[in-house]
Amino acid sequence: MFRKIMRRHSVVAIWFLAPSVLGFLVFYLIPFAMGVKYSFMDRPNDGSFVGLANYKALLHSESFRKAAKNTFLFTLGGVPITIALSLSLALLLNQSIYLRNWLRTAYVMPLVVPVASVVLIWQVLFDWNGAVNSWLHGLGVSRTDWMKSEWARGVLAVVYAWKNIGYDIILFLAGLQHIPRDYYETADLEGAGSLHKLTRITLVYLTPTLFFVVLMGLISSFRIFRETYLIAGDYPHDSIYMLQHYMNNMFLSLDMQKLTSAAAVMVVCMLVLVSGMFALERRFTKDLD
Amino acid sequence: MLLPVIISFTNSLMTEREIGLNYDLIGQMTNAAAGGKDAFVNLKLIPDWVSLEQYYAVLIATPNYLNMFWNSVYMVALIIAGQVIVGALAAYAFAKLRFRGRDRMFFVYLLAMLMPFQVTLVPNYIVADYLGLLNRASAIILPGVFGAFGVFMLRQFMLSIPNAYVEAAYMDGAGHFRIFHRIIIPLIKPGFAALVVLLFVDYWNMVEQPLVFLEDDFKQPLSVYLSVVQQEARGVEFAASVFYMLPMVLLFLYAEKYFIEGVQMSGIKG
Repeated sequence: MFRKIMRRHSVVAIWFLAPSVLGFLVFYLIPFAMGVKYSFMDRPNDGSFVGLANYKALLHSESFRKAAKNTFLFTLGGVPITIALSLSLALLLNQSIYLRNWLRTAYVMPLVVPVASVVLIWQVLFDWNGAVNSWLHGLGVSRTDWMKSEWARGVLAVVYAWKNIGYDIILFLAGLQHIPRDYYETADLEGAGSLHKLTRITLVYLTPTLFFVVLMGLISSFRIFRETYLIAGDYPHDSIYMLQHYMNNMFLSLDMQKLTSAAAVMVVCMLVLVSGMFALERRFTKDLD
Repeated sequence: MLLPVIISFTNSLMTEREIGLNYDLIGQMTNAAAGGKDAFVNLKLIPDWVSLEQYYAVLIATPNYLNMFWNSVYMVALIIAGQVIVGALAAYAFAKLRFRGRDRMFFVYLLAMLMPFQVTLVPNYIVADYLGLLNRASAIILPGVFGAFGVFMLRQFMLSIPNAYVEAAYMDGAGHFRIFHRIIIPLIKPGFAALVVLLFVDYWNMVEQPLVFLEDDFKQPLSVYLSVVQQEARGVEFAASVFYMLPMVLLFLYAEKYFIEGVQMSGIKG
């Protein structure tokens, strides 16, 4: 019986999937496979097979290591901070109904404000002569060159948080409202403290939401490149030189070998990361239902 | 949170001269050693003179803006329409049909969705060249239509529709296309709203793809032009920014209720 359903489904599935899979093959999968092939050759056209030489060169490249480190650090720092911040705000908003809808709109608004529109504002704020320095000066603090020092990483994290916090808040609020009230009531009867309730009920039941939030956070952490690029150009300060800068610059200097091997390395890293996330999620949600 | 939006708007009503006076210092190093004083930009919210001068410059004196605005509009509209349709079909297969290799296949989609554009940049370029798409809008539209994000989001919504609905309809003799069309589509309307807004946000901002695939300046979308113009004419920037921001803000305010409802639904079911 099950076999029969499977076969019937497979035939239908082909029709539903055909447009998407065809386009996906042509515009994503085949290009990626071609890229992997190039990464093992010495030239894209009529090159010969050189094994791992490109990868070796890549790992020895100073700028690749810098770019990989920055991307890694930014994702590792920016995503969790933003998530923690939005979770706290969501917990707050979940309590007080006052102004809630209005605040929610205000938090989500940055998401829809186009990058290029606000780049100018970030420049006005964080330039050497910018407004933030002017405020600091008013407080008697000496000025900092935000975009051309280690602070650039922090500025980027602020921009990232500003943009994504609202989206995460909506997701968390929905997740919170789906936790049955009686769980908390039972916990109250048993005399559980609020910290206990937070870690044992709220966070546990938010795991599926959290998983989704992390996925979306990963996507948008790679999108921060646009802001970086528009604010600081091809060669920004060392601390915010991202993998995408590296790849773009390799493309411009026509170094396809480094570019394609960097892409392959990135895909492998994401594969490991996402598989790890799935494994974790399964462990945490195993005893939910 | 709203400060950047407000600044853009109020500054867009200043005169060219006032903007010049306020922001001349950006990008200059004026420290005491170089002879300058502790000079700062003058971030002002209220214009001295309310003027539509900047809007005149953007909308009437420079036809480029309108041209590129139109480029943005039709590229984004086609991408969204395409990705919603193609994505919904594929999402149905991934959410409601059983076939071999389904989960593994979906995992590949998921990975592709997470990758930044640069990962397939070179081969994409070669494929576009091979298909004769270079320097045409379709080099940007087609990859956009087949983006994996739509599949991912819509599958998320379809998972939250109980399988019992589908099975019941199936028992009553409805085919899968009929189920898809009559039951699934109406039920995931908030999902479409969320997806449309998110895709709009993403593609309205695109910079990398057009820079690589389009040579002619007049074919570029506004996002690219705006990032170039920043360096040249600071005065009109604010008006251009507001003009560029407007469609998104309006769409968001119009669809906010559905958008938020949609986003909320997407996050509950893991």
